[in-house]
Amino acid sequence: MADATALLRSAVAGDRRGLARLLTAIESRDPALRPILPAVFAAARGAHLVGITGPRGAGKSTLVSAMTGEYRRRGRRVGIVAVDPSSPYTGGAIMGDRIRMMEHAADRDVFMRSMASRGELGGLAGTTWLAAAALDAAGYDPVLVETVGAGQSEIEIARLAETTVVVEVPEMGDEVQAIKAGLLEVADVIAVNKGDRPGADHAARQLRAMLAGAGGRFRAPPPILVTTAVSGDGVPALIDAVEGHREVATSPEQALARARNQVLRALAEQAADRAAADPRWEETVRAVAARQLDPITAAERLLEPG
Amino acid sequence: MHDAQTDAGASPRSEPIRVLIAKPGLDGHDRGAKVLARGLRDEGFEVIYTGLRQTPEMIADAAEQEDVDVVGLSILSGAHMTLLPRIVELVRERGMDDVLVAAGGIIPDADAGPLREAGIAAIFGPGTSIGEIARYFREHARRRV
Repeated sequence: MADATALLRSAVAGDRRGLARLLTAIESRDPALRPILPAVFAAARGAHLVGITGPRGAGKSTLVSAMTGEYRRRGRRVGIVAVDPSSPYTGGAIMGDRIRMMEHAADRDVFMRSMASRGELGGLAGTTWLAAAALDAAGYDPVLVETVGAGQSEIEIARLAETTVVVEVPEMGDEVQAIKAGLLEVADVIAVNKGDRPGADHAARQLRAMLAGAGGRFRAPPPILVTTAVSGDGVPALIDAVEGHREVATSPEQALARARNQVLRALAEQAADRAAADPRWEETVRAVAARQLDPITAAERLLEPG
Repeated sequence: MHDAQTDAGASPRSEPIRVLIAKPGLDGHDRGAKVLARGLRDEGFEVIYTGLRQTPEMIADAAEQEDVDVVGLSILSGAHMTLLPRIVELVRERGMDDVLVAAGGIIPDADAGPLREAGIAAIFGPGTSIGEIARYFREHARRRV
């Protein structure tokens, strides 16, 4: 890798190739990057970090494209990180999110990066948000991070966003399905997409009624909007709602909650990295496999200085 | 920084090879490109598929943003002599000197020489196996680390 400081400098100066290479270094968790990580965060200009998640086939990519179009009409430069799963067997991945982004392909004020999850061992959430910070530092605002809301790690990613948009479809099932899904709980804004399908308004009403009575995180129920990503219907209102949430997101209380998550996340990653590099790692794991040691005690020992 | 476990079965280098698969020009047939994309995924590559009807500019921009190691172009329309050299030119213009640009599809043998001269590293005709393409990419893609 080229000199990390030079990469960051060129990315901040608006060089797209420099930014792309910085993102590669982030993605591969290049150790040479470590000394400049504080500088990446320091260079970030406070872009609105927006997570977009939802089940497969809900139209997330198309909605991200439509949202990008609306942000562009409002004069914003848009950064996008689209995360797709890696195969746990081969390590390979197919990332097709650019197919839906074609109308922005020639737009120099849109920068999109596809990222494969590369196994959750690597700390996907941390990597994703570091990539978002790099896009922020390069002058993109908002930065949209799109993930499939299928697993815990995706939900974790969403939780690191300032504003999380959960995309649902009219056929999401009855209310019980919606309550079951932990996904809705992370939503700051809910988009019921494919609004041209029958039942979209009904689904939105049902969600509204359900969340109005809910406690926990939903003291103030999130706005629920019906969107049709392919036609753009409802997208300006969705952006208004996302923008509207920003004030809440930047409140001291929310900033503190996010910071807590970030530090805990970094702590877990560093502890895991350190343990995996520990000379006692292999024998400790073997001892657990042989049932001579339990995993809790094993972790405790690995956390002790060697 | 990935450990051996996460990379089991993938390429011997520490990071997966990133490949952009794109279809320049106007033919609307992408079965081959999709089969290749999936095959390469199964071979442990990270494949970014951009879809149909891409202009050379769109392809070069995507290659730049995605910082890929390989650009694989599938073309059946017969416009390869104009489109492929233009793509190489735009990719190089963006500073990606070491990115491998390869092509597949219907390309007559007579055109292969001039295309190679224009910077297309390899041309894979119909019947090439995915294993063969994967091997070529592994051997010739730039080393990242």
